[in-house]
Amino acid sequence: MGIFSSLKESLGSWINRIFKKKRAKIGLYGPPNAGKTTLANRILHDWSGDESFGEASPIPHETRRAMRKEGVVINANGSSIELDIVDTPGMATKVDFKEFMAFGLSEGESKKRAKEATEGVIEAIKWLDDLDGVLLVMDSTEDPYTQVNVVVIGNMEARKLPLLIVANKMDLPDASPARIKAAFPQHAMVPISALEGSNIDNLYQAIAAHFG
Amino acid sequence: MDLISGEKLEKMTSMEKIRLILDKVKNGKIVVLESGLTSDEEVRLIEMTMTEIRVDEFSGIEIESYPSKKGGSFLDRIFGRSLKGRMTVIGPANQIRTIEKDKYQISTKVSVGD
Repeated sequence: MGIFSSLKESLGSWINRIFKKKRAKIGLYGPPNAGKTTLANRILHDWSGDESFGEASPIPHETRRAMRKEGVVINANGSSIELDIVDTPGMATKVDFKEFMAFGLSEGESKKRAKEATEGVIEAIKWLDDLDGVLLVMDSTEDPYTQVNVVVIGNMEARKLPLLIVANKMDLPDASPARIKAAFPQHAMVPISALEGSNIDNLYQAIAAHFG
Repeated sequence: MDLISGEKLEKMTSMEKIRLILDKVKNGKIVVLESGLTSDEEVRLIEMTMTEIRVDEFSGIEIESYPSKKGGSFLDRIFGRSLKGRMTVIGPANQIRTIEKDKYQISTKVSVGD
């Protein structure tokens, strides 16, 4: 059974190579509130009509379950790539329910959100085993040397999988994509505003070049 | 604060390292690892931390290290040895806070007592 399924997979990948069909399963990773869901929604809006992954919110850990959309076709650089996109919950090393209460949530709601957020981080980590590449979304107004960024980059390097850094929120006055580039000079980086759509065509070209 | 030598860490399995770190941090200690963790061990540490977070008891960890050194020796590359981690500081999230971090220096603030 295992031999047949492995033969089938090899044949499939061989046929794909012959006909140059490019397909990749990529995950959107990053700390909470970096704009992962806003970017995921932007990609879907631009390439799949009006669908959306979910609500974006200023309260951290709004996305607490990974969401996957299959067959999103991006055309750029004269070629096309079919993506399975996974919008993952924000990665964190700590989750304190009191942080949510500061946003006006009740104690009960905050504790429930904290529990779900910890489960979401675990889910995001599990997804790392099942991806072809990662879009690491960073908030350009924040310090890029966070441990979440260091861990995701280290993990992709160890797995030898492609990684593209997205320096989001470039529309904000404090944004400094140059600081991100200086922190991780070995990786390609594209500054964008997922909210406003600024420079988004450059991101699509980079995605086609990087994951295609 | 406990400083753990690279020699001791080398003799431990990944799970032993993670258990040791979490037990110390949950007891309020700050742990400095001389040789750090691999990126896979760091990710497993975060995963395990998430399973142990409890309201009003343990809200997680603060962990700081530098990115792994790229490249390694020629032999490391030939034998596919994974990239080694670098000096790492880990502490309870409610007691340690990173003030500033850049390519060469990590500055943290540690609160002692309640």
